[in-house]
Amino acid sequence: MLRLAPPLTILVLIGPVVAGLVGVALPAFGYLPVLGGESFGLAPFADLAATAGLGRSILLSLAAGLITTLAALLVVTFFIAGWLGTPVFAVLRRIVSPLLSVPHAAAAFGIAFLIAPSGWLVRLVSPELTGWRYPPDFLVVNDPMGLAMMAGLVAKEIPFLLLMALAALPQTDAARSAHVAASLGYGKTAGFLFAVFPRLYRQIRLPVFAVIAYASSVVDVALVLGPTNPPPLAVQLVRWMNDPDLAMRFRASAGALLQIAVTLSAIAVWILGERLVARLGAAAVASGRRGTADGAVRFAAAAAMSLAVAAIVLGLAGLAVWSLAGPWRFPDVLPASFTLEGWHRAAGTLADPVAATFVVGIVATLVALVLTLACLENEARTGRDGGDRSLLVLYLPLLVPQVAFLYGLQVLFFRFGLDGTLGAVVVAHLVFVLPYVFLALSDPWRAFDRRYVAVAATLGASPARAFWRVRAPMLLAAILVAAAVGFAVSVGQYLPTLLVGGGRVPTVTTEAVALAAGRDRRVIGVYAIVQMVLPFVGFWIALALPAVLYRDRSAMRAAA
Amino acid sequence: MTIWKRLGAAALVLGLATGGAAAADPDPKNWDAVLAEAKGETVYWHAWAGESRINDYIAWVGAEVEKRFGVKLVHAKVSDTAEVVARVLAEKTAGKTGGGSVDLVWINGENFAAMKREGLLAAAPWSSALPNYALVDTAGKPTTTSDFTVPVDGLEAPWGMAQLVFYHDTARTPDAPKSAQSLIDWAAAHPGRFTYPQPPDFTGSTFLKQMLYELVPDRAMLEKPAEETDFDAAAAPLFAYLDKLHPLMWREGRAFPENASALRTLLADGEIEIAFSFHQTEASTAIGKGELPDTVRSYVMDIGTIGNTHFVAMPFNANAKAGAMVVADFLMSPDAQIEKQKPEVWGDFTVLDVARLAAADRARLDAIDLGIATLSPAELGKVLPEPHPSWMVRLEEAWKKRYGA
Repeated sequence: MLRLAPPLTILVLIGPVVAGLVGVALPAFGYLPVLGGESFGLAPFADLAATAGLGRSILLSLAAGLITTLAALLVVTFFIAGWLGTPVFAVLRRIVSPLLSVPHAAAAFGIAFLIAPSGWLVRLVSPELTGWRYPPDFLVVNDPMGLAMMAGLVAKEIPFLLLMALAALPQTDAARSAHVAASLGYGKTAGFLFAVFPRLYRQIRLPVFAVIAYASSVVDVALVLGPTNPPPLAVQLVRWMNDPDLAMRFRASAGALLQIAVTLSAIAVWILGERLVARLGAAAVASGRRGTADGAVRFAAAAAMSLAVAAIVLGLAGLAVWSLAGPWRFPDVLPASFTLEGWHRAAGTLADPVAATFVVGIVATLVALVLTLACLENEARTGRDGGDRSLLVLYLPLLVPQVAFLYGLQVLFFRFGLDGTLGAVVVAHLVFVLPYVFLALSDPWRAFDRRYVAVAATLGASPARAFWRVRAPMLLAAILVAAAVGFAVSVGQYLPTLLVGGGRVPTVTTEAVALAAGRDRRVIGVYAIVQMVLPFVGFWIALALPAVLYRDRSAMRAAA
Repeated sequence: MTIWKRLGAAALVLGLATGGAAAADPDPKNWDAVLAEAKGETVYWHAWAGESRINDYIAWVGAEVEKRFGVKLVHAKVSDTAEVVARVLAEKTAGKTGGGSVDLVWINGENFAAMKREGLLAAAPWSSALPNYALVDTAGKPTTTSDFTVPVDGLEAPWGMAQLVFYHDTARTPDAPKSAQSLIDWAAAHPGRFTYPQPPDFTGSTFLKQMLYELVPDRAMLEKPAEETDFDAAAAPLFAYLDKLHPLMWREGRAFPENASALRTLLADGEIEIAFSFHQTEASTAIGKGELPDTVRSYVMDIGTIGNTHFVAMPFNANAKAGAMVVADFLMSPDAQIEKQKPEVWGDFTVLDVARLAAADRARLDAIDLGIATLSPAELGKVLPEPHPSWMVRLEEAWKKRYGA
């Protein structure tokens, strides 16, 4: 049974992506008979190349992928380095963790309202300090350089990377390494960077790549905060895909392949950067400097972390106020009156989407968890981990931008008459849920000290018993975090739900995006809060359960 | 045509595989049979869902058709109708000729033209054979039979009239500009306080066409496909105008709002002073909701503004065609049209000929208070017909080329 897990997992991961890619690759080279494209050629690429602003769109996507990831990783790394084990760390971590469950679109809307010239921050000081009776004409949100978009992405990726790092940290022996480094006279930050970070980074490298791929092909955040003219490549792609002129499909398909190339280039640049950093790091270690004066660095890291947290929390608070707002005009800091009308209106229509979101999310997460555990256990018992090739498989759905293959996937489901069914949506979600669950779980799993299992075996336990009684309980925290991540990923899925569900499986997220087109902040506020609460429940369970179950076993509350 | 042969073959294979599910289309001329067939059907209506009041109206329609005809209506919420066109195309690509996921789609203009061109619509003429179509004011409202100059040909049923209407807060902006020239003069005096949604957003593109009407050398050109005219010469004055206008606009024309709703939000936030919409009652409704101050008023341009009709259409592979016809017919009924025109409900104007309504219905329609900021039909003035859809496509391309890099 266990042996079937890896091929099944590969099928779940590769099948839809490959089918979807064929579905875009054919039109990209001119073949789409329904639209009269019956021969192969490079015309769609020529058409693509002639698009005004294409170079800028590509640059924006590349920059978003690299700068976002670098900034988020720096903040997370230096924050852990400087503050691990301190009360500040404990407080901030408690606030940051739930933020992972905030859907990207909701966070983006919140931040947009916060920083816009007519937004909350300006309202707080106007007109008293600024003299502005009307909002100033500053280009803050949707700036052509994409700075607002990248800031929003950084704020949103920090919780993800932090949680991934925290889940992996127990396997790095960080506390003892820190003691040793400190006893040798190293400062807190330097000691962590030299002794722990290389081990930690190896374990969070895959999530880092996922962040690059995500940020370089993001659609929803870019729509809210990003440049509009030209937009990043992925936004441009969605526009072409949705263009009523169906001939645009050819250009869109060629663009989808270009998006893949852009994302892969961003990752390639990052890998080169890794080498450079490794070399610089080795030199820094060899220099023997102790880096004891790290007060400013530590302060900056904590400040950056707090800023990211504050941006999201305040943004969401703004949306929460909007969900209850009566008339609320500039420069009033709060609405003139409050009303529950938005919530009343939503209450009647929320039940079905919430139920669908739960069903799809739980089923997809459970399937992903079973497959992941079966694969990992099979790997542990046979000693074969599939090597780099299995990594590539795992990474395919995360590295191939969603927009690039979902259309082809949709056609596949029609073929089998499965579109619009709950099962089809679960399968589509699984493509994205499974890699995240696997990524979240595989590193802590592989770093698990095998001697525990060896001890169990020498005491006469079968491999199954060793799994159920030793390995799984000891890794419970990691398993639960992985499940929570999987559920959050499922809740956040927009394009797969829409395309495969055909509007017949409305989830909270598809409803939210459809309603967001109306730009009514009251409606957006209501849905953002509902969207956020659902995955939050998952994370709350993931963090609370080990703490309760293992309240008398401190070393096993690992991820907590 | 080999494509069609291949599609036919695919359809045949699929039909055999599923046991030949595709039955003959219901015939609206035999309305009792349609009603009988529709009973118990579930109709998936794909409709733009960006306004909660419109969603509420659609929910009301659903309750009514269930009560009156036993048809279950499901509102598939859509953020961009083009997605639905893409979806039906994808189904056609996959050879799905029956049991499609879309039974009814809210549509007009470019999207209708694309579906008609690609053969994605149910066989005509069905809409003009619906019982309530007899009440439609085809003579007084020519856009009910000519959708952006593309003949409707019984392929879609009209259910509402839209016209571009501008609005401003009279307390802050007493005198609103009503022509292209006065608009640019006003923008020069109030830099950063005017903008328009970024084409190809529907409302943004309509703004371009509205300005084109005033600036084009010869308006008759707009009725013909753009390819048959000298597009560059026709559009040159418009782009010269925009070159001058953009630096005077919100964010100096370096960023644009996404759509008409975003434009309204900007006005509500005080970032801009003039906004516009395709809903005649937009301002009144927003005032009613407390979104805009009650000093906001609507106006139209001196030359009139562009107006059009919006429709519902049925894809070729719709699953519940009888049910879809019943819903489309109900949408054109006096009851549904009167309900829709109430500004607190939606405030969308009727497609019916008021003179042909029963006296009681006419009285109900007359009794509707359209709201403090809504223009009367007389004030709305001359409706400019939509140019041929190719103009929109060419304008959007040219705009993108000029300002999108």
